[in-house]
Amino acid sequence: MRRLLTSDHQRTVLDSRLVLDPQVALRPEPFGALAYHYGNRKLIFLKHPDVVRVVQHLDGAHTLAETLTACDVDETRWPSFERALTALTESEMLHEHRIEHQVTPG
Amino acid sequence: MSTASNTKSHLVEQLKEGLDAPICLTWELTYACNLECVHCLSSSGRRDPRELTTDEAKAVLDELHDLQVFYINIGGGEPMIRRDFFELLEYSIDRGIGVKFSTNGAFIDAAKAERLAAMNYLDIQISLDGTDAVTNDAVRGEGSYDTAIQAMNHLRDAGFGEFKISVVVTRHNVDQLDEFKALADSFGAQLRITRLRPSGRGAESWHELHPTQAQQRQIYDWLVAHGDNVLTGDSFFHLNALGEEPLPGLNMCGAGRVVCLIDPIGDVYACPFVIHDEFKAGSVRDEGGFAHVWKHSELFAELREPQSAGACASCGSYDACQGGCMAAKFFVGIPLDGPDPECVGGYGEAAMLEASADTTPRPMMDHSKPVRVAKPERVPVTIGRR
Amino acid sequence: MNDTTAATLDDTATDEADTTTELLDDELLVEEISIDGMCGVY
Repeated sequence: MRRLLTSDHQRTVLDSRLVLDPQVALRPEPFGALAYHYGNRKLIFLKHPDVVRVVQHLDGAHTLAETLTACDVDETRWPSFERALTALTESEMLHEHRIEHQVTPG
Repeated sequence: MSTASNTKSHLVEQLKEGLDAPICLTWELTYACNLECVHCLSSSGRRDPRELTTDEAKAVLDELHDLQVFYINIGGGEPMIRRDFFELLEYSIDRGIGVKFSTNGAFIDAAKAERLAAMNYLDIQISLDGTDAVTNDAVRGEGSYDTAIQAMNHLRDAGFGEFKISVVVTRHNVDQLDEFKALADSFGAQLRITRLRPSGRGAESWHELHPTQAQQRQIYDWLVAHGDNVLTGDSFFHLNALGEEPLPGLNMCGAGRVVCLIDPIGDVYACPFVIHDEFKAGSVRDEGGFAHVWKHSELFAELREPQSAGACASCGSYDACQGGCMAAKFFVGIPLDGPDPECVGGYGEAAMLEASADTTPRPMMDHSKPVRVAKPERVPVTIGRR
Repeated sequence: MNDTTAATLDDTATDEADTTTELLDDELLVEEISIDGMCGVY
């Protein structure tokens, strides 16, 4: 029933192919990680190691839903991950990977 | 939202145990300064001959890069006095360490402003303690207000973008907070207000300059009402006991846990407000450099242990105020597990009465310029120029 | 109301509060803190 709180934007974030901005430094910590964006100087605490794993797995090729599944995140937890990744996108730490850019995995 | 603060408290509890590397840190590049502000936390004025060399400074930057320190806050004294200032700035940025430097603006002319405007990953913080020359210059020296404003003009004209104006809040400027905000807005700059600590030369002037209890309430209320885009360096968390809504920030002492100070001669202290042997963790010139000090110093290990609430344990406000600032306590002679001298509950005042003048610590590094005795009338004797 | 009934009602209320707390905790997986929000730097 908490899904009622999700907006259209958050429903589609599961379909988005997100990637970490190259200007972001991700520094693992015992509690999770620190993410620092050198461009906009924002500092974000990733407060759980699972969020860090998910962010590290984002490759721009798979959707968030696919990434969450690949990282063994139980679907009951997906709403909070959607909120977290949306917040990271709003802070410009993550952005949608353009379909037109055919990135060769390497 | 109490649950939100529960989650943040969990994070804060982990941060209090210390991180493997600082998130950011203060680096005072020199004790030399063209000004002699009465409250200078580093008692600056004269260069220390033992200053780190350019190569030593670069080696520290290499270490900070390896530790993934995101950002350094450069100050002094007046950091732009160093001949290698720009060289170190550029070296740091090349190594992926963002820089914010704190300056009185005396060395920012039109040309320097252009040069700074062309640099990326750079913040500038201009110090100002009054919205008029009378208020400001009483603390920072004659002409310093004009100097600061001129530097701001140059930065604006060069298209630097958003710089910061940093204010130490005192008894005499607390009524100017609205004007400070307006001043910052007029330059497209960001206002930062910070707490006066009785550190450095501040030890001598603190009793006259620090805000009164009523003024502390004024600061808190102002931040709650107008502080949306105002930075505080998290220096007012001792005021959280005044209300339901904690001020933004981690609201914890970061000294030795997430931040620290590197001083001009390479000594590492818990923070810039405790330049004293009691809070010295080591030196970057020691075997193992900065990284070894951060990870293994005894002082930092102690600070990363759970701290005793001591005398404050029975106070209902302790969760909010965390017992305040250890620098403030130390330099007025209150034990570190005692109340903050500016405790909003008034417990600090009682504690200060108990502190003896004999046992109150004196600043250990004093790079102040020799005091010039003011001549009340002209005397036909030539006094040598400095 | 006898004590047993009061205890049962309290337990139910606590359980619901715990579930809500858990969900809210999960919600806050990231948090932005100003890099200026560290006490002990300039």
